[in-house]
Amino acid sequence: MSGAGCGKEYGKFVKKSVPFFGWGVLCGLWVTLKNFITSYFRKPDEGGIFTVQYPEECLPDFEASRNFPFLVYDETPEKPRCVACGICERECPVKCIHVLMAKDENGKPLRRPAAFDIDYSLCMNCGNCEEVCPFNSIFMDHEHKIAAYDRKDLMRPMQKLLKSNSYFHSIRPRDAEAIDRAIKEAAEKKKAAVPAKPAPSPEAPKS
Amino acid sequence: MVSLFREKTQRADGQVLEINFGPQHPSTHGVFRLHTLVDGETIREVKPVMGYLHRNQEQISENLTYTGFIGFTDRMDYINAIPNNFSFVLAAEKLAGIEVPERADHIRIIMAELARIVNHMAVVGFLLNDLGAAFTPLLYAFRERELILDIFEDLTGSRMMCNYFRIGGVKSDLSEQHLATIKKMAARLPKFLDEFETLLTNNEILCMRCQNTGILSPETAVNSGITGPALRASGVNYDIRKTDRYSLYGRFDFKVPLGKTGDVYDRYYVRILEIRESLNILRQAVAALPRGEFINKKTAAFIRSPRNFKPPVGEAYARTESPKGELGFYILSDGTPQPWRCHARAPSLINLSALETMCVGQKIADMMIILGSIDIVLGETDR
Ligand code: SF4
Ligand code: SF4
Repeated sequence: MSGAGCGKEYGKFVKKSVPFFGWGVLCGLWVTLKNFITSYFRKPDEGGIFTVQYPEECLPDFEASRNFPFLVYDETPEKPRCVACGICERECPVKCIHVLMAKDENGKPLRRPAAFDIDYSLCMNCGNCEEVCPFNSIFMDHEHKIAAYDRKDLMRPMQKLLKSNSYFHSIRPRDAEAIDRAIKEAAEKKKAAVPAKPAPSPEAPKS
Repeated sequence: MVSLFREKTQRADGQVLEINFGPQHPSTHGVFRLHTLVDGETIREVKPVMGYLHRNQEQISENLTYTGFIGFTDRMDYINAIPNNFSFVLAAEKLAGIEVPERADHIRIIMAELARIVNHMAVVGFLLNDLGAAFTPLLYAFRERELILDIFEDLTGSRMMCNYFRIGGVKSDLSEQHLATIKKMAARLPKFLDEFETLLTNNEILCMRCQNTGILSPETAVNSGITGPALRASGVNYDIRKTDRYSLYGRFDFKVPLGKTGDVYDRYYVRILEIRESLNILRQAVAALPRGEFINKKTAAFIRSPRNFKPPVGEAYARTESPKGELGFYILSDGTPQPWRCHARAPSLINLSALETMCVGQKIADMMIILGSIDIVLGETDR
């Protein structure tokens, strides 16, 4: 009979001689019976039932959980935090972000995106875009009901990606607060550094 | 397609049958084909045919920054992403000569051992599924696995594609709350394992099916480069956590379970014992977790600007004991932010090489459990 070599030290189950043939099976049946009954009374983390009737009920999300990125705007969707620097576009491992800088008539860049598309069908939910964005503009969402019949519908243009800061607060309160604080501090520092001029830039500076 | 076996099929006395298991077979755990030659019910030859899941990951790495590629390593062994992250960042750190703070090392070990538990539970569950003990053991194992994956999601943001390790440390810190959950889990799991073993270890049906099935002798195992639990089940004492003592494994006290016969039963049982040892390491690591940085201060900036991480020209190979065996990454750098070449030594692929030796002479019904007991994952085999 085989059996792991240094098993004896590990548990009482190794090489324990069974009283009669079939004892192991009976013990197993006892375990399944016990589990069947106790699963109705115990809490999920002690062996109870986990099942959630999904479309009707949903488990609460963990704050850190991530699936697809979205863009944050501060007051109105016309004022996104994003300055179209294109860093996330460059660092996205699967290259599913496309950013186009807005320009005025003279061709001067306006430091806001004219177009910002993310192809959700390509995105691999890695969260790298959130990590590299220096303007605290792109974050990972908790929205997971995004199934679509057509691939086109997974191509998210800027209008669909932009979500308010209060939404960000509602899904990730801890992170949102920390980031708001960081932005405020940076703005104050900037003001202190240039006291003569009123700060014209609406964007959050590099943190 | 030209058959590999045409000649032999004709030569045999009409008794020999050629069977294709897969690529779409529930027991192959992925898209994988076993080109099999059977004589009655006895297996004559097995040829694994892989490549159906090839995604060109090594080539992809050449176009990405080191940090960007960490997310791709998750997708190699998708059952447990953390050990893949571990190997890759170890190789990158070796290349650039980066120190890792102690706290980060402890967090890494905690996460890697949790991943090992997840992996072994999944494997044992699936093995029993292949044996025909449909779903009950798998469900029990997955119940616990789910709770561990909750810890992963809470900490890293994702249940399976963690993308958690960074050059010089980890992405986010382990909070007191996480620690409390981990401690609670480490206290509860031995009880669960006892129950799980009552269900399985002495079960006569399991013993009769698994004992003396798919025997792998230590010599064959060593000669074909098998690593991981499959090697240790054959009685070879080789655990990279012990031999290399990478990261901080040298500090922790744990045993290396060894098998005797090297059959499917030993491979099952070695995994159960390894879960117990992992819990042991986990408990020690949680108790010893020091305060401090979770990422090296100098490299923390590379998270924000991955393109600034330019390891010097050179090469490095780092290996870890992943739950499936020796997982190594070989990186060649030319001083740019992208690796010039990155090769993964995937245990799943190399462990498959002894499949034929184990299968020949066995009954065809046992082939699936032999395959299940080696524990392959096709994302890693084909990369
Ligand atoms: S990195 Fe941030 S600011 Fe720059 S383009 Fe992306 S979202 Fe906009
Ligand atoms: S989550 Fe990753 S893949 Fe998705 S858009 Fe961001 S960087 Fe790209």
